[in-house]
Amino acid sequence: MQVSMTVNGQSRTDDVEPRLLLVHYLREVVGLRATNIGCDTTSCGACTVIVDGLTVKSCTVLAAQADGSEVTTLEGLSGKDGAMHPVPAAFHSEHGLQCGFCTPGMVMASIGLLKDNPHPTDREVREGLEGNLCRCTGYHNIVKAVLKAAEAGAAAGTVGASEVSA
Amino acid sequence: MIPSNFEFVRAGSVDEALSALTEHGDEAKLIAGGHSLLPLMKLRLAVPGVLIDVARLTDLSYVKVDGDEVAIGATTRHFELNTSQVAKDEVPLLAHVAGLVGDPQVRHRGTIGGTVAHADSASDVPTALLALDAKLIAQGPKGKREIAIADFYLGFFETVLEPDEMLVEVRVPKLGSSVGWGYEKFVRRENDWPIVAVAAVDGKVAMANMAGTVIRASATEQALSSGASIEDAAASAAEGTSPSSDMHADADYRQHLARLLTKRALHTAASA
Ligand SMILES: Cc1cc2nc3c(=O)[nH]c(=O)nc-3n(C[C@H](O)[C@H](O)[C@H](O)COP(=O)(O)OP(=O)(O)OC[C@H]3O[C@@H](n4cnc5c(N)ncnc54)[C@H](O)[C@@H]3O)c2cc1C
Ligand code: FES
Ligand code: FES
Repeated sequence: MQVSMTVNGQSRTDDVEPRLLLVHYLREVVGLRATNIGCDTTSCGACTVIVDGLTVKSCTVLAAQADGSEVTTLEGLSGKDGAMHPVPAAFHSEHGLQCGFCTPGMVMASIGLLKDNPHPTDREVREGLEGNLCRCTGYHNIVKAVLKAAEAGAAAGTVGASEVSA
Repeated sequence: MIPSNFEFVRAGSVDEALSALTEHGDEAKLIAGGHSLLPLMKLRLAVPGVLIDVARLTDLSYVKVDGDEVAIGATTRHFELNTSQVAKDEVPLLAHVAGLVGDPQVRHRGTIGGTVAHADSASDVPTALLALDAKLIAQGPKGKREIAIADFYLGFFETVLEPDEMLVEVRVPKLGSSVGWGYEKFVRRENDWPIVAVAAVDGKVAMANMAGTVIRASATEQALSSGASIEDAAASAAEGTSPSSDMHADADYRQHLARLLTKRALHTAASA
């Protein structure tokens, strides 16, 4: 079947099997490999991307279900001038990663969190990221990174080109 | 894990969904959020030949006051119910419980129609709906019918819904903020299904995971209505239950949790 969607600002149409999962579509068909597959059972959040403004676990969404949607992956975050989005910038400066496997999903989930709640408390960050697991258990610095990113204001909860750099 | 192949039909209206259901019969399944169905399909525990996508039926996505009830469209997602001002004002128990389903990403996909129709006795929203005496509106080729939630569940993953029917709306009484309520969900990990959960509102008590379906704690309700104390009423919460034993908890422990969580939920409800 044909699916059309806008991925990181570029619209495209592809012929896919109905059973193709969005995460496989993004990785294998579009060739965007930042989005990781961790558990494949909707538990770990490594595959989190943003579909029509909402964070979702792309291992449990069919590409067919995202037909007509706007999808943003980690690759879609940096601005045209290459400036880092405030959230990955804060993960960098606060050392919010160890092996980095959970990071793309953590970053996308954090953007969704900051969109809903631009000034979260430490506890609200922990609760807001309940769907994302870090096997290196580097949670403290992840929380610090999200709190730091929040200092950038509204840009931290927005996807797409951003001129703000934390 | 990749599901086995199927045909994907996007329904543009309830009528289109219903005629696709009629056309494909047993082969077909509706898909809303897909957050119960796709995990089953990935494990090949469900192998539908045709999926009918109802998630885009945005005319079924609403939370609104209708007379002395609150009407919730079947494709309303958990996060929408959780953040709806109407739900928070008129049925705060339901708004609260919708916010306890899984994690934010799960709540962005899962729908009220999906969780009700899925008929997993470990589900949060159906437990709250049972305590609220919700009415379910099903639509089929012959039109709409209303089903009391107490009559809806037949057993594990089994409902009275006909193969050519779908849920279009859920209705609950408008209670406002003065009616006390309590919800107690026992989990080992934050974003899990309840090991046991108890909803208490307006003298009614419903429990998750204490039988093949969500059930009411009838003995507790009777005790309450005849004037028993919360402690005494909660002591009979496990009467007539048949919880399963699994790696999370054995049946005895679930019955203990049912009594304990009922006591807590009733106290919370009474203190409002
Ligand atoms: C990681 C994870 C954690 C979760 N945690 C919890 C939790 O803590 N508590 C909890 O209660 N649930 C939990 N869930 C389940 C979640 O609530 C699901 O969203 C919900 O059970 C199903 O809703 P859905 O819209 O995704 O339904 P789908 O998966 O699309 O459908 C489920 C079933 O309902 C049928 N159906 C869907 N819509 C309709 C309709 N309108 N009319 C008739 N039949 C219909 C489908 O055919 C299918 O059989 C969790 C799920 C995941 C993946
Ligand atoms: S890979 Fe999707 S949640 Fe783990
Ligand atoms: S940094 Fe290794 S899994 Fe999180």
